Amino acid sequence: MTLGLFLTQVLNGLQLGILLFLLAAGLTLVFGIMNFVNLAHGSLYMMGAYFAAAAFGYTGSFLLAGAFAIPATMVLGIIVERVALTHLYRRDHLDQVLATFGLILFFNELVRMIWGPASVYMNAPEVLTGTVELFGLRYPAYRFAIIGVGLSVALGLYLLIHRTRMGMLIRAGATHPEIVSALGVNVRGLNTLVFSLGAGLAGLAGLMAGPIVSVQSGMGEPILILTLVVIVTGGIGSIRGAFYGALIVGVVDTIGRAFLPTLLREVMERSLAQAAGPAIASILIYLVMAVVLALRPQGLFPVKHG
Amino acid sequence: MNSGGTRSALSTWSRHWGAREIFGVLLLGGLALVPVISAAIGQPYYVTLFTRIVIYALAALGLNLILGYGAMVSFGHALYLGIGVYAVGILSFHGVNNGFAHLGAALGAGAVVAVVIGIVCLRTSGMAFIMITLAFAQMFYFLAVSLKQYGGDDGLPIAARSDFGVFSLASNTTLYYFAFILLLVCLLFFRRLVDARFGMVLRGCRSNERRMAALGFPTLRYRLTAYVISALVCVVAGVLLANLSKFASPSTMAWQTSGELIVMIVLGGMGTLIGPVAGATALLLLEEFLAGLTQHWMIILGPLIVLIVLVAKKGLYGYVSEWAAHRAKAIR
Repeated sequence: MTLGLFLTQVLNGLQLGILLFLLAAGLTLVFGIMNFVNLAHGSLYMMGAYFAAAAFGYTGSFLLAGAFAIPATMVLGIIVERVALTHLYRRDHLDQVLATFGLILFFNELVRMIWGPASVYMNAPEVLTGTVELFGLRYPAYRFAIIGVGLSVALGLYLLIHRTRMGMLIRAGATHPEIVSALGVNVRGLNTLVFSLGAGLAGLAGLMAGPIVSVQSGMGEPILILTLVVIVTGGIGSIRGAFYGALIVGVVDTIGRAFLPTLLREVMERSLAQAAGPAIASILIYLVMAVVLALRPQGLFPVKHG
Repeated sequence: MNSGGTRSALSTWSRHWGAREIFGVLLLGGLALVPVISAAIGQPYYVTLFTRIVIYALAALGLNLILGYGAMVSFGHALYLGIGVYAVGILSFHGVNNGFAHLGAALGAGAVVAVVIGIVCLRTSGMAFIMITLAFAQMFYFLAVSLKQYGGDDGLPIAARSDFGVFSLASNTTLYYFAFILLLVCLLFFRRLVDARFGMVLRGCRSNERRMAALGFPTLRYRLTAYVISALVCVVAGVLLANLSKFASPSTMAWQTSGELIVMIVLGGMGTLIGPVAGATALLLLEEFLAGLTQHWMIILGPLIVLIVLVAKKGLYGYVSEWAAHRAKAIR
């Protein structure tokens, strides 16, 4: 195992973590402020990827694809929110889970009807197709770009939530919705705003993931479940928790898959290691989540109330 | 309350109970006659379809013990179906076809897994509980996918159905009645259970767990026991499912299955005994009907689920009892 290979895998892990963060931030914001769990968040990510791939197919430009996909996903998010979800804010979590489960079935079938069952592909922008050399390590430029975009989004969200009036309302709305409403703030509008922000982030994640995964029906669910692991590990409703949780999950999952089988071969018999290695690697993040919850049921970075 | 009021309340109650009872008897009686009817009309396929329905009804009934009576929304009960399926698959892969061995291994493995997962999951509640149960089911899904020696992603064909010595499940009709009798046994058992002290404590925890704890009940122990019982019922359903499809596939543990189980419960009527049975029957028949209409049937089912949640929260059985109560009031 060389240091270079290890660093490459760490970067891969960071890149997965950053993608997870884009989704987890939206999900956890919506949960934190509206007490609403949106399983269809993965579907918004999928729709974002399809919008981007479709626009890319027409124009051949990654930037135009992004300029179309992100607003389109936001508009779709607002439509879904206004038509179905807004009736569910005051209902219990079971209803929210079920209704958004129904939405997932709908969207998966919708893209299968429009774009067919086969995967759709899109390319990374021309300027980012090469590799970048960093301390003697060659790494694909596009994956660096994902990390860069994700970190800027994280910074932007931090500034938005802690330094602007809207962020103040979001924070206040998460802890004291009645008082915020009594002070004359349009809470319904605020909800829609937050929801479309989350949808936009999901669309961005779909756009960024487009060139490196196969865009297909059902692509949202595996990453949605990883996102749920992220926000449970990080602490539900906390953006900071989503950020660190996403990085932990991304790195642990990638490193585990890359090196655990080799490591096990050092300590146990070859045939046993070959069987157990991939099995343990694939459930590693769930074990991490179980340990975190067993020690801190509220997650690693819970929201501080009051 | 005066004695006249008591009497009329009692008669309302008994008439109400009567209508609900008729609904249950009709549903179960209909299910009991399925093999006879399908033989009479020469459509043996219906036996297979309804075996699936009875098996999912059993699983939904199990999940409803914690979801309906305990307010623990487990989004991961497909995991226990999968344990049952894989217990049969792995044992018959190694040449063991004895049904008691299948059931014993499945229940043993299921109990161990359910206790461990239950202890971790029950530390959380509400939203986190939903997500963590989902994550655990997903963990076992990936575990099954990574088991290359047992088929991995492609699944594992099962050579023969379970053999219980005195009878074998080889015939479709035997399998159907075996599943149906297990469903009846489970219904009777739950009927006693939910009105027993255990069930009352569980329902108390549903309303206010802190108060139950303050009354001195070890609530975690009660909830964990309910979780394990509910998991084991799903394990048994999994054993039956493996016998029906003669195939062990990771897709049994896919999270869509967990979602469908919840849809069945809500569609039929949450926190009622016969509700999940009605819901499983209705949902699977609906899926069958829609799949006959169009290849893209999920595009109809999805919004339908949203609609059910938005407007028909009480479920089929809930409406039957409401209608009965309403009628009883009108007559009086």
